[in-house]
Amino acid sequence: MILEIENLKTHYQTEQGVVKANDGISLSINENEVVGLAGESGCGKSTLIRTLIRLVPKSAHVAADKMEFKGQDILSMPEKDFREKILWRGIGLVPQSAMNALNPVYRVGDQCIEAIQAHTNYDKAECEQIVKKLFDAVGLQAGMMKAYPHEFSGGMRQRSMIAMSLVLNPDLVIMDEPTTGLDVLVQERILRNIKEIRKMSESSVSILLITHDISVIAEMSDRIGIMYAGRLMEFAESMELFNEPYHPYTLGLKNAFPSIQALERELISIPGSPPSLLGDLPGCLFAFRCPFVIPECEKERPPDLEIKPGHFVHCIRTDHVEEFRKLAGDKKTWQSSTSAT
Amino acid sequence: MAILDVSDLKQYFYLEPTFLAKLVGGKKPRIIKAVDGMSFSMEPGEILGLAGESGCGKSTCCLAIAKLREPTGGTIRYKENDIAEMSKKEIRKYRREVQLIFQDPYESLNPRYTVFDLVAEPLRALTDKNKAEIRERTLETIAMAGLEPEEYKNRYPHQMSGGERQRVGIAQALVLEPNLVIADEPLSMLDVSIRAGILDLIRDLSERMNFSCIYVSHDLSILSNISERLMIMYLGRIMELGITKDVITEPYHPYAQALIAAVPIPDPAYTRPIPEIKGEVAQPIDPPPGCRFQTRCLQVMDICRNTEPPLKEIKPGHAVACHLY
Repeated sequence: MILEIENLKTHYQTEQGVVKANDGISLSINENEVVGLAGESGCGKSTLIRTLIRLVPKSAHVAADKMEFKGQDILSMPEKDFREKILWRGIGLVPQSAMNALNPVYRVGDQCIEAIQAHTNYDKAECEQIVKKLFDAVGLQAGMMKAYPHEFSGGMRQRSMIAMSLVLNPDLVIMDEPTTGLDVLVQERILRNIKEIRKMSESSVSILLITHDISVIAEMSDRIGIMYAGRLMEFAESMELFNEPYHPYTLGLKNAFPSIQALERELISIPGSPPSLLGDLPGCLFAFRCPFVIPECEKERPPDLEIKPGHFVHCIRTDHVEEFRKLAGDKKTWQSSTSAT
Repeated sequence: MAILDVSDLKQYFYLEPTFLAKLVGGKKPRIIKAVDGMSFSMEPGEILGLAGESGCGKSTCCLAIAKLREPTGGTIRYKENDIAEMSKKEIRKYRREVQLIFQDPYESLNPRYTVFDLVAEPLRALTDKNKAEIRERTLETIAMAGLEPEEYKNRYPHQMSGGERQRVGIAQALVLEPNLVIADEPLSMLDVSIRAGILDLIRDLSERMNFSCIYVSHDLSILSNISERLMIMYLGRIMELGITKDVITEPYHPYAQALIAAVPIPDPAYTRPIPEIKGEVAQPIDPPPGCRFQTRCLQVMDICRNTEPPLKEIKPGHAVACHLY
C-alpha cells in the first residue's frame, strides 16, 4: 500500500464559518496503480492534493483517522521532515496549469536539476543524466534541456513538468488536471507518455490522477473515485464503476458525458448545482439534486458502504439500485427532481 | 437559399519587423495567415460544428462572420448580400440578426447589470421597441433560457452559478430573435454535469426559433452530439466538411483521422488507437507551399509539397482537402 487515507477532513475557518472542503474521505492507492478522482469544480479535489502534500494554509484544520504514506504517518510528521523525506522523493506533483508552473528566466533543464540537487548530493553530471533520461521518456529531445520555457509549446511544458515530478523516482505522482486546456492531440501524447513512463520505470510508480474529464479518467485509471461536495460518493475498480455504478450521482454523470462512440445517445444533465460547503451539512449532500431522494437522505450522513469487496458507495438506497439504473437513463427522471440549473 | 455563404475567406495579420530588422533593412514583414481560403455555406436552421486545435483560425473566422473584423480577402454573403458592401442601415439589421454566445460566462457579463438589464440591453440598443414591449420580450426570453424570470430578473452575475450565467449569455444572444448564432466554446468553462443542459437548450431553441448556429469547439465529443454538419480546420484551412456522423465514423483526411482517434472515450473497456500523426502543430506564419498538413502527415507525397489540395466533394455532402482522394 503506497497511500492510505481514512476519514480525512480538511476544514477551512472563514469569516462566514467553517468550510468543509474535504469531509471524511477514505481512499487507498496500491503499488503501481493509477487511481483517478473525478469531480466538478469546488468539490474539494485541489484541497485534497494540498492536504496530501501538506500545503494547506496554517488556518486550515486537518484531521484524519489515518493518513499514511508507505506505512509512515504523514499527518503528524514534522513539516520539515515531510519536505525533506517525502516530497519529491516519495510523492511527486504535477501541478494544475503546469503550463505556467515553470520559472520563465531559468532553462528548463536547470530547473529539473535544481530539484534533484535540493534533495540529494548528486553532482551535476549525474543530475544531467537523470534529466536526460526522463526527457527522453516524455518525448523531449535532450537538447531541449537548454531551452527556456517560452520556447516550449503548451504540451512540451506540460511534459517537462511530468519529467520534473519524476526526477527523484517517487513512488507516487499526484497529477492535478494534467491535460486540461490542451488540445486533443497534445492530450493524447501526454496520456501516452504517462503510460510509457509506467512501463519503463524500474521501480513502480503509482499515480493519483485528478481531473474533471471522465473520459481521461476512464482511459487511464485502474480504480476511480467520484468526488462531490468534499466527499467521496463512490470508489471502485474502473470497469466495475462504469458497468455497475451504484450512486445516483455516478449514474447521472455517466449520462451527462458525451462520447464520439455513441452519437445517438441523448445526454442528460443533472439539475441544480453543488451545495455551498459552508457550515453544518446534515445528510447526503447530493440529496437535493437526487431524483431518488427519500426523507431519510436528508437526516443523517450516509455511511461509506462496502457493497462488494473494494467497492464503496456513499448512499443509503443501494438496495434499490436496479430500479435506479433503469430510471436514470430516462430524461424525465432527472427533470422532475428540482428546478433547472 | 443559403443563409450564409462564405467564399475564399482570408484573414491575414502582418507582423511588423523588429526595430533592428527595420534599421538593417531588407526584411519583409512576416504574414500570419490565420484564415486562408475558407469556403462553406450554411442552410437555415442548421447547426454547423467547427473543430480544430488552438490557433487554427476558428475564432478568427467567427469574428469575420460577425463583422467584427474586416477580412483580408474573400466574401461573406448573408442571405445573398455581401456583408462588406452593406449600407449602415443594413449593417444595423445584420447586427440584430447575427448574434454571439461567448466562451466565458464569468467574463462576458457586465457585473453591474442585473439579469433583466443584461438581457434587455440588446433590445434597447438595436430596436425601437417601447418600454412595455422590451419588458415583455425580456422576461419571455429569460424564461426561454430556462430561468424563472421573477426569481432571476433582479440578480447580478455574481449571484449565479456558471451554468445560470451561461443561460443569461444565451438569453442575451436570442432576445433579438437572430437568424444566425455563433457560439464560441460556450461550454468550456462549465462543469460536466450541467453541460448537457446547455447543449439541449441551444439545440431546442435552434429548432423552435429556427436559427442557424455555428458551434465552435475543440471538443469533438460535444460537437458530435450537437452539430449536424462538422467542419475540421487546420492552420486556417478547411480539411474536411461533411455530415457529423460520416466525419466522425469515417473520416477521410489524415488529420481528421488523427484528431478523431485522439478523443478519449468514457469507457474503461475501450482501447483507443494511436493517432497517426507526427510533430506538433505548426505556426501559420509564412506557411510552406502545398498542403498545410504536410509537416505532420505520415502519408505525405511529392504533390503535397507543391500543390495546395482543394476542398473537393468525394461523395455527396462530404468534402475533403487531400491529394489522397
